[in-house]
Amino acid sequence: MGEKEEVKLLGVWYSPYAIRPKIALRLKSVDYDYVEENLFGSKSELLLKSNPVHKKVPVLLHNNKPIVESLNIVEYIDETWNSSAPSILPSHPYDRALARFWSDFVDNKWFPALRMAAITKSEDAKAKAMEEVEEGLLQLEDAFVSISKGKPFFGGEAIGFMDICFGSFVVLLKAREKFKAEKLLDESKTPSLCKWADRFLSDETVKNVAPEIEKVAEFLQELEVRAQSAASRS
Amino acid sequence: MGKNEEVKLLGIWASPFSRRIEMALKLKGVPYEYLEEDLENKSSLLLALSPIHKKIPVLVHNGKTIIESHVILEYIDETWKHNPILPQDPFQRSKARVLAKLVDEKIVNVGFASLAKTEKGREVLIEQTRELIMCLEKELAGKDYFGGKTVGFLDFVAGSMIPFCLERAWEGMGVEMITEKKFPEYNKWVKKLKEVEIVVDCIPLREKHIEHMNNMAEKIRSA
Repeated sequence: MGEKEEVKLLGVWYSPYAIRPKIALRLKSVDYDYVEENLFGSKSELLLKSNPVHKKVPVLLHNNKPIVESLNIVEYIDETWNSSAPSILPSHPYDRALARFWSDFVDNKWFPALRMAAITKSEDAKAKAMEEVEEGLLQLEDAFVSISKGKPFFGGEAIGFMDICFGSFVVLLKAREKFKAEKLLDESKTPSLCKWADRFLSDETVKNVAPEIEKVAEFLQELEVRAQSAASRS
Repeated sequence: MGKNEEVKLLGIWASPFSRRIEMALKLKGVPYEYLEEDLENKSSLLLALSPIHKKIPVLVHNGKTIIESHVILEYIDETWKHNPILPQDPFQRSKARVLAKLVDEKIVNVGFASLAKTEKGREVLIEQTRELIMCLEKELAGKDYFGGKTVGFLDFVAGSMIPFCLERAWEGMGVEMITEKKFPEYNKWVKKLKEVEIVVDCIPLREKHIEHMNNMAEKIRSA
């Protein structure tokens, strides 16, 4: 790394997406400045300027060049600091394709179902979405067993791309367990994923950057109260 | 390339998602067997290879299955390394990937929604689509292609989807979406794309495609 490198990360503390670049930067031992955004107040000039199309966090600024979208940032980090091992994506093209496929599944199929279940007012839609979430977890259980081949993580011996992608939602799942009578990661249904999730949360790198589950639970509860009072006002 | 390599592609003639894979394979000079699918009547092979999404394109390389068009393009680029389709610089790569997502997630959604609406509700969506395409216009400034002097990843993604799919549907509806005046760089790029043999080889036949897109829009509107 050159002496004048400037690395800045814009995020919000509770966002699963913002955890991703934090883990990746730590894995690569890259020093950076972290800037907390306020998505409920007004977004910073820097955020609006760096991500004018989506206006979303996280944004990585590397020597003032903005890189957006969490997994895209992780991949950028992997390619830019490629000499400071370990590599985040697997090395074989087919393994890389599997990691990319399953992270796309998590972000574009599984998580949207969970979000739908959380925000919809219709009980039918909620039940249907939850069914999808649970089915997705079973598929992810199978994927974990076949990709990890008996090793601790999707990435093998150490945390990799898919661990970062799906793991970032583990905090959220655990937080939901705290304030809802819900156990999505169920020992009897997805035993391997449950063990993986515990390993992920107790990993040194993750522990250093992941928000406290208690705090996220409080925050989610607050959000729900706010949403309900907004709904009763309208 | 080894003699025993087996490459199969499951696709649909009118689908930009499989057409772009063919462009990449042709650019790399990888011979492949093409299997046409029918979405109304999916083959047992497709269902077996892609049990979760049940979608094309599916690439099968020596018995290994790769799914999702961006994932397949990255796989092709990493497996056959000559004639790279992604830029070499990490920052340029990240821009290409983000813009490819913009095309396939945002522009497609708003673009297809604009087909579904009757004339009255259409204007807003057309304006939104134009705003998004402006991101591509800016990126093309001073370049022949998104890839610079040669075609690459984003040319295949955006090219298969916008000029050779969505625009044909808009044309069928009599909408002039991406005018020369407002989008000079984009229009220059489309003209240049039409000079590239491997791209031209993979564009669906115009009349047949317009008719297909018309039928599709009709179906969306009446649903």
